[in-house]
Amino acid sequence: MENNINLTLKVWRQNGPKEKGRFETYKLDKISTDSSFLEMMDVLNEQLINEGKEPVAFDHDCREGICGMCSLYINGRPHGPDDDVTTCQLHMRKFKDGETITIEPWRSAGFPVIKDLIVNRNAFDTIIAAGGYTSVSTGGVPDANALPIPKDDADEAMDAASCIGCGACVATCKNGSAMLFVSAKVSHLALLPQGKVEAARRAKNMVSKMDELGFGNCTNTGACEVECPKGVSISNIARLNREFLKAKLAD
Amino acid sequence: MSTIFGSSIGRKLLMSLSGLFLVVFLIIHLSINLLLLVPDGGQMFNVAANFMTLPLIKYGLQPVLFAGFIVHIIYAAILTAQNNKARGSAKYASGNNTKDVMWASKNMFVLGLTVLAFLVVHLVDYWVPLQITHAAESITIDGVEMHNTYALVNAAFAEGWRVALYVVGALGLTIHLTHGFWSAFQTLGLSNNIWRCRWTVIGIAFAWIVGLGFAAIAILQFVFYQ
Amino acid sequence: MKLDSKIPQGEMAKKWSNYKANQKLVNPANKRKLDIIVVGTGLAGASASASFGEMGFNVKNFTIQDSPRRAHSIAAQGGINAAKNYPNDGDSVHRLFYDTVKGGDYRAREANVHRLAEVSNDIIDQCVAQGVPFAREYGGLLDNRSFGGAQVSRTFYAKGQTGQQLLIGAYQALMRQVNAGTVDLYTRTEIVDIVMVDGKARGVIARDLVTGEFQRHFGHAVVLATGGYGNTFFLSTNAMGSNGSAAIKAYQKGAAFANPCFAQIHPTCIPVHGEFQSKLTLMSESLRNDGRIWVPKKKEDVDAIRSGKLKPRDIKEEDRDYYLERRYPAFGNLVPRDVASRAAKERCDAGFGVGATGLAVYLDFKSAIERLGEDAIRARYGNLFQMYEKIVDDNPYETPMMIYPAIHYTMGGIWVDYELQTTVPGLFAAGEANFSDHGANRLGASALMQGLADGYFVLPYTIQNYLADDISTPRMTGDEKEFIDAENEAKAKFEKLLAIKGERSVDSIHKELGLVMWDFVGMARNKEGLEQAIEKIAAIKKEFYSNVRIPGSGEGMNVELEKASRLADFIDIGDLMARDALNREESCGGHFREEYQTEEGEAMRQDDKFTYAACWEYKGEDNAPEMHKEDLTFEVVKVAQRNYK
Repeated sequence: MENNINLTLKVWRQNGPKEKGRFETYKLDKISTDSSFLEMMDVLNEQLINEGKEPVAFDHDCREGICGMCSLYINGRPHGPDDDVTTCQLHMRKFKDGETITIEPWRSAGFPVIKDLIVNRNAFDTIIAAGGYTSVSTGGVPDANALPIPKDDADEAMDAASCIGCGACVATCKNGSAMLFVSAKVSHLALLPQGKVEAARRAKNMVSKMDELGFGNCTNTGACEVECPKGVSISNIARLNREFLKAKLAD
Repeated sequence: MSTIFGSSIGRKLLMSLSGLFLVVFLIIHLSINLLLLVPDGGQMFNVAANFMTLPLIKYGLQPVLFAGFIVHIIYAAILTAQNNKARGSAKYASGNNTKDVMWASKNMFVLGLTVLAFLVVHLVDYWVPLQITHAAESITIDGVEMHNTYALVNAAFAEGWRVALYVVGALGLTIHLTHGFWSAFQTLGLSNNIWRCRWTVIGIAFAWIVGLGFAAIAILQFVFYQ
Repeated sequence: MKLDSKIPQGEMAKKWSNYKANQKLVNPANKRKLDIIVVGTGLAGASASASFGEMGFNVKNFTIQDSPRRAHSIAAQGGINAAKNYPNDGDSVHRLFYDTVKGGDYRAREANVHRLAEVSNDIIDQCVAQGVPFAREYGGLLDNRSFGGAQVSRTFYAKGQTGQQLLIGAYQALMRQVNAGTVDLYTRTEIVDIVMVDGKARGVIARDLVTGEFQRHFGHAVVLATGGYGNTFFLSTNAMGSNGSAAIKAYQKGAAFANPCFAQIHPTCIPVHGEFQSKLTLMSESLRNDGRIWVPKKKEDVDAIRSGKLKPRDIKEEDRDYYLERRYPAFGNLVPRDVASRAAKERCDAGFGVGATGLAVYLDFKSAIERLGEDAIRARYGNLFQMYEKIVDDNPYETPMMIYPAIHYTMGGIWVDYELQTTVPGLFAAGEANFSDHGANRLGASALMQGLADGYFVLPYTIQNYLADDISTPRMTGDEKEFIDAENEAKAKFEKLLAIKGERSVDSIHKELGLVMWDFVGMARNKEGLEQAIEKIAAIKKEFYSNVRIPGSGEGMNVELEKASRLADFIDIGDLMARDALNREESCGGHFREEYQTEEGEAMRQDDKFTYAACWEYKGEDNAPEMHKEDLTFEVVKVAQRNYK
C-alpha cells in the first residue's frame, strides 16, 4: 500500500570533471512509496529549483530498466538495495521512513565523473568498437534460416546479450574490472555460428582494449553478477577466459 | 600482438597455474605430514622427509617450487596494485553492501600475506636447519644417516605459541583456498554454470581438509606426542 | 510549397526494383569525398550510419546520450514483423503490405508501405548475420509469434527485448565503422539547428552537452533519425530524453510536418498512479496473445474492487466483461492498438474502470496459465511480469495486471517523399521521425521494421540518388557566413531562455502542457476541445517564455537548459498537433474525433474529404502554419471500413 515517507539524502555534488566534489545533505518530505527512486530525485530537483539552487545532475532515460543510462550508487550498492533492477526500477517502498540515503556516482578510474552523479562511460563503447560485432556489412547475407542454431545456444547467447552496458559491474568491483561487460559480448557472439568466425580475433582485441583503458583484473569475486540488473552470469567470464586463452595459444 | 602474459587474463593465468601448482605441493606436504601421526617414534616421517634431500628434489624440484611461490606472490602484488589503480582514488562513502560475495574473494591479498608471513616462520623453523645450516641433529635409520626431522618438528610443537601460530596460518590458508581453488579453474576457463558449483564445493572441501589437516597435526603433536 | 512524392512508375510490386534500376549512384572514389550527417543513433540512425560508413561515405553521427546504445529503440519489447512466411500460415509481402495499409486506416502512401514489406525479409537476414539472438524452436530455426492487427504469425522476437537486441545489432555495426574510421561519433551532443546554404541542407549546429559549447558541422546531406515527439504529452512511454526538437528545427527551416495529430495510444501500459509520476511504462502488446482483457460487468463489483472489498480473482467468470472478445470476435484481444485503446477508454468512461482511479482495466493470464502452465508463461513473458511486479508490487501470476492506454508512438512526423527526402533538399528523415509508412495507426512490431528498413535498405540507395549530383561540391569548413549566422542564432535562443529567470521549473510547465494535450488532444478529440487546446497552449507558451526558471549558466553541463530548449519545441509541436487534429474532421487510426463515430462507437473516416496527408508549412514565429495536401491514391488496396469483428 502507498505510504508517504520522509528522507534525508546525502548526495554527491561535483561541478565539473576537474572540480572537487563534496556531499550535500537534503531533507525531503512526503515521498510516496509508490514512486520510483528517480521520481524521488525529480521531486528533490523540483524542490531545489524552487529554492533557487541548481538541481542534481544524474543520468537517466528510458526509466524502464533497459537503456542502461541510470547509474546511481545508493547506500553501498549500484542501483540500490533491490535485486535485479536498475535505479529507475527501484521503488521507494524499499526504504524506511526517516532513513538517510547516500547517493554517489559510479566510482572507478575507468568512469570519470562529469558532473554530480553523471560519469563518463565512453570506455564501454571503445571496447565494443575494438571487436564487439560480426564483421558483416549491410546486404549480401544468407537467409535467416540457412543456419540452424540449437535453441539452448540461442537462449544462452540471448542471456549474455541482455547486458545493458550500465556499468554496475565495474562500479561494484573492488578491482574496477570490466570483465563481466566484455565477457557478455564475447559470449553472446561466440555462442552463435555467425560470431564464431572471428571469435578469436574478437576476444583478443576486446581484452586488449579493456586492459589499455585501465580497467582492473578480475579476481572472480562475483560481485558484478550480484549487482548486474540483468543477471548476466560470471560463467561468461569463464567463457571469455577460455576464448582468450584458446586464441592466444593458437597464435 | 603482445604476448599472452602482457594481458590481464594472462597475468591471471599465471596466478591460476602457480596457485594450482602450489595446491599440488600442499597435497604432497600434507600427505608426508600425516606420517607425523604414525606412532613409530617418527621413523616413517624421517624416511619420507629425507626424500627431500635427494639431489633431484633439492636441486630440481625445489627451485621450481620456489619459483611457483615467487610467481604467485609477485603477480599477486602486481595485480593488486593494478586493481587499486583501476578502482580509482575516490572511495565510496557508503562502502560496499553487495550481498552474497565471499569474504575471502575480496581479501585474497591480505590472506595471501598472512600465509606468506606464516611461510617465513615455517622456513626458518625447518627449511633453514634442514637444508641450509644443517643444524638439525642426525639419526641413522636402516643404515642411512639422515636429519632427525621428526625430533625437530616434535620439539617445535612442544611450544604452545608455535602451535597456535600454525593453526592461525592453516586457517589463513584455508580461507585463501576457499576462493583460490575454484577461482583458478574459472580463470583457466574450465567453468560454466554447472562446474562453477562443483569447483566451489570441491574447493571448499579441499581447503578445509588441508587447513584442518595441518592444524590438527600441530595440535595432536602438542597434545599427544610430547 | 511543392509536395512531390516521387513515386516511381510501374506496378506496385515493381516500383522499388524500378527505382533501384534507374537511380543514380556514386562511385567509390567519390563516396570518400562526400560527408553525411546523421542525427540520432536509434534503429534508423545507427543502421543508416553503419551502412553509409560501410559504403565508404564519411559519416558524422550525433546522439544526445552517452552512448548510441541508449537510443529509445532499445525499449521496444515485442518484436519485428517480416513477411518470411516461415510458419507457412499464408503470409506474403503483399499481405504484410495490405495489413499495414489497412492497419494504418488508409492514410499511408501505398508505394512506401509496399517497399517496407519488400525489404522486411532482408532485415531479418541482416540481423541474424549480425548475431541478433532471435528466439528459436528446438529444431534450431526461428520462432514467430502473432501480434495485433494480423491473422498470421510474422513477428520475430528476442524474449521481451527485441528492440534492445536489434539496436545492439545496429550499434555494433555502427561501432565497427567507428573503429574503421568511416563514422565519427559525437555523444552527448545535441543538434540545435540545421544550416541551409543556397536552399539546401548543408550542415548542423550542435551543442556539446558536457561543455555547453556550440559546434558547426558540414555535411553534403543531413539525415534526421531523431524519433517521435510523444513526450509532448509529458507522460508517455517514451524515454525522458526523447524529443521533437530536431523535427521542429527542420520544420522551421522549411520541411513540411505531416499529420502531426497522428499519435498512437498504446493500450497496455501501467496506469498512472500519482502526481510525481515521470513516465509511463509499456507492457508489450505481445501480452495480448495470452492475456485476456476484462472489466467487471456489474457496477457493484466495480465499487467493491475500488474500495478494496473484492479482489479481481473474486469476480466470477460470468460477471466479467471480456469486452474485446465481445465486440470483436474475429480478432478478440488482438485487435489493433487504436481499437483496443478506445475500447478501454469506453469502458472506463462508462464507469467500469478498476484500480484506485477507475482508469484501468484488467489483463488476465489466468486461463493461459491454466492452459499452458506457469512455466510456459514465465518463459514467454517472465521479464515483463518481473518488470510489472517491481513497479506495481503485485504478482501478475496470481492477480491480473492493471493496464491503461498511454501515448506511445507518433505516426506523424517530417514529411518525406519516396526517397525519404523532406521538402528541404538534402535533408532526409528516417524512422519514427518521418511520417511515411504507418498512416494513422501503426501496427505492433512495425516500428522496428520501419526504422531498420529506412536505415539499412532504403536510405543507402536513395541518398546516392541525391548525392550523385553533389560529387563536385567541395567540403565547407564551417566558417562560412551561413554557419556562423546559424550558430549565433542558436546561441541567442539559449541566452534568451537563460535570461528569463522566472519562477517555474521546466517540468512544472511541461506537466501543464501534457495535461492539456491529454485532455484535449488525447484519445478522444472534438472541435471545441481542440480550439480550447490551441488557446491554452498559446498561454502556456507565454508562461514559458516569461516565467521559466533555469538555474545555472550556458557553460558546462546544464540539464535544465537542455530540458527547457526541448520544451520550447514541444510547445510548438503541441500547437501543431492541435491544429492538425482540428483540421482533420474525421476519425481514423490514432485520431478519434468524437463527432465522427458510428452508432457503435467505431471510428468513422471521411474518405471523400480527408484521404490526404496534411503537411504543415512553417510561416514564421507569429503566423499560423499553412496546410498543404498530399493526396493519397490507393491503386492496390481497396479502401474499406476497417473491420476486426
